[in-house]
Amino acid sequence: MHIKVLGPGCKKCHETDKVVREAVAEAGSDATVEYVTDIAEIAKHGIFSTPAVIVDGSAKCVGKVPSKADVKGWLGK
Amino acid sequence: MKANEEKGCCRSTESCVDYGSDDEGSNESRSLTIKYLMYSVPLLAAWWLIYLSLSPFSKYLTYNLLHLQSDAHFSSAVEFFVYDTPKVLMLLTLVVFGVGILRSFFTPDRTRKILAGKRESVGNVLAALLGIATPFCTCSAVPLFIGFVTAGVPLGVTFSFLISAPMVNEIALVLLYGLFGWKVAALYLGTGLIIAMIAGWTIGRFHMERHLEEWVYQIQVGEAAYDEPDRTWADRIQYAVDAVRDIVGKVWIYVVLGIAVGAAIHGYVPEGFMASIMGKSAWWAVPVSILIGIPMYSNAAGIIPVVHALIEKGAALGTVLAFMMSVIALSLPEAIILRKVLKPPLIATFFGVVGFGILIVGYLFNLLI
Repeated sequence: MHIKVLGPGCKKCHETDKVVREAVAEAGSDATVEYVTDIAEIAKHGIFSTPAVIVDGSAKCVGKVPSKADVKGWLGK
Repeated sequence: MKANEEKGCCRSTESCVDYGSDDEGSNESRSLTIKYLMYSVPLLAAWWLIYLSLSPFSKYLTYNLLHLQSDAHFSSAVEFFVYDTPKVLMLLTLVVFGVGILRSFFTPDRTRKILAGKRESVGNVLAALLGIATPFCTCSAVPLFIGFVTAGVPLGVTFSFLISAPMVNEIALVLLYGLFGWKVAALYLGTGLIIAMIAGWTIGRFHMERHLEEWVYQIQVGEAAYDEPDRTWADRIQYAVDAVRDIVGKVWIYVVLGIAVGAAIHGYVPEGFMASIMGKSAWWAVPVSILIGIPMYSNAAGIIPVVHALIEKGAALGTVLAFMMSVIALSLPEAIILRKVLKPPLIATFFGVVGFGILIVGYLFNLLI
C-alpha cells in the first residue's frame, strides 16, 4: 500500500504528514508514506486544495487534516 | 500588523471520506440533525440577549464597577475595549458559522465545474461571487490555479476568483460591520466584488496566456477520482462548527490585540490627528497607502481595528479602505507563491490592475463621502 501526502509545505500539510505517519506506525501497517511538495506533482493528481491524502491512487481526503482514526480506516485496520 | 502565516494556511475545510454511510448511518445523522437544530434555537436567543446587553454592561463595568471617571482618556479606552472585544468576537462567531454552512455547499472542485466553459463576462461575475462562497487558502492558490486553467476556465475568470477569494472575506465584513456599520461593510463588499470582476476581465483582455509557465500546459491532470461525499445537514453543521473553532480560535488574539491598539488610539490620540496625513486633502495619501499595504501581510482581523481607530481620528474613509484592500488582497507572499505558475509580466499585470482598481475605489470614496 502506498500513501501520498500532498501539500506545498504549509503548517496543515506538515501536520497531515505527521498524522499519517503516526497512524501507519500505530497500526503496524507496511504502507509506505511519501510526502509530495512539488506543485506540478500535486497538480497532476487533480487536487485543488491541500493538504490531500492519496491512498493507492485514490484521494481519501482533500483540504483537511485527517484524524488518525480516518487514516487507520483507509489502511483497513 | 503581524506578519502571520495564519491567514493563508489551510483551515480545515472539506470533509474526509466518511465510512459507514449506510441506512443506519443516515438515520443516525437525521437524529443528529434534529439534535443540532434543537440546540441552535436557545443558543441563538442567548447570543442575541448577550449581544444587546454588551453596551450597558461595558458602561456599567467601566464607570460603576471600576469607578473610572467618565471623561478621562483611560476610561474611554477601557469602555471601548470592553464593549468592542466581545461584540466583534460574537459577530465573528455567528458569521463564520453562517459562512461555514454556505461553504459546505461549495468546494473548489464544484466551483471549477461551474466556471469551466463559461463565457468571459458572465464568468468574471460568477467567479467573483464564488470567491466568497468557496473555501480557499493562499497556499492552495497554485494547485487551484492549475486546476482552473487546465479545466478550461479562462485566465481572466480565474483571476477574478483569485482576487475576490482573499479580499472579500467574512472576517473583513464582520469587522467592518461591527465597527463602522452596515453601509461601510456593504461598500466594501460591493467594491471588492467589482474590482475582482473588472480586474479579472481586464487581465483577460490582455491575452496573457503565454505568460504562464510552460509546464502548466503540459500537465496531464489525472483524476484522482475523489468523489465528494454527500453531505447531510448534520455534516454541514459539524463543518460550520469546525470552521468557527478553527477561524475564531486562530484570529481571536489578533482581534483582541487590534482592538487594544484601537482602544489606545481611541482614548489618547487627539481628534483629527490623522486628518493631515490620511485626510481627504492629501491627494497622494491613496497611492501611498496602497504601496505601504502591499508588503504588509496581515489578515482582516488584525488590521481592521487599527483602521477603525485611524478613521475615528480623521483619516479619510477611501484612503483607509484602499489601504486595507491592498494589505489583504495584494501580498508579497502570494506573489512568490504564484511565481511558480506565472511569469513576472503576468504577476506585474495582476498587481498593477488590482492596485489601480483599489486606487479608483479609494479616490471615489474620498470624493463621495
